[in-house]
Amino acid sequence: MKKILRIMAAILLVGAVAFWVVAGANRGWTKTQVPIKTVDTVTGLEGVQWQHKFVPGMDFLSAALLGAAVLTGISFLSTKKQSDSQLKTTT
Amino acid sequence: MKTHLTILTFIALMSAAFAAPRTFDFKDPKGINNAGFKLDAPLEAINGNASGVSGTVIFDPENPGATKGKIIVATSSLMLPNPMQRQHMLSDKWLDATKNPEISFESKEFKNVQTAGDTTTADVTGTFTVKGVSKEITVPVKLTYLKDKLGERVPKQKGDLLVIRANFTIKRSDFNINPGQFEDKVSDTIELTLSIAGASPK
Repeated sequence: MKKILRIMAAILLVGAVAFWVVAGANRGWTKTQVPIKTVDTVTGLEGVQWQHKFVPGMDFLSAALLGAAVLTGISFLSTKKQSDSQLKTTT
Repeated sequence: MKTHLTILTFIALMSAAFAAPRTFDFKDPKGINNAGFKLDAPLEAINGNASGVSGTVIFDPENPGATKGKIIVATSSLMLPNPMQRQHMLSDKWLDATKNPEISFESKEFKNVQTAGDTTTADVTGTFTVKGVSKEITVPVKLTYLKDKLGERVPKQKGDLLVIRANFTIKRSDFNINPGQFEDKVSDTIELTLSIAGASPK
């Protein structure tokens, strides 16, 4: 159980960091919409169209780090419980 | 003689009709018109824009200094990449978009007018209104008059285009938008960029 929780924590952390890097390593807040610039050829004006796109930010990384820390913490608790029960059975 | 006078009168009337001030509508069917805003605070930079632009401007190509008009931006059209930030911005704690649905600028006076070809630059003094607070400000603008160019933008429609570009700054504290609060994350100075085109069909 302890091992599974720690592996899950590692997968969560590595997966989140990999996704964050692949998605552009955005160091701001997570974005759900991104501006796409368009140019009007007649007036020369630059317009902006908003496109739905998930771009993870530092808050996403923090949430993943917190999740991994919680899983690791639980793994330690479960170890303690196991050792308690083991103690009971031995006594 | 009588015929000559009639022709001359007709030509004079036609010239007057063509030289008359034209009304430009800034509701853009192509959705290009936009107003950008940028807040650069020590801890956070906020970049967004608004597309809900409307309003009218009366422009006389023969006398650009007499230009008058009002440009309106729908508060609800203000966009930010982060949905929670946008929700906060439009809430009653910041812009209160429900009670203040419009941000507007109404021109009063053009100064330092300089025209070269189709382009006019000027300093426009007018009333800027945000969150129900109106304040007189002066904004440098660039107007470009594109005669008979409407057809190139909107097929089968004849008319002129007027392009307005302006870059200026305001202070949110001047408009009662949380003055003196959260300045490390939300800058007091707001940089605004206006890039809009109006149409005047014939």
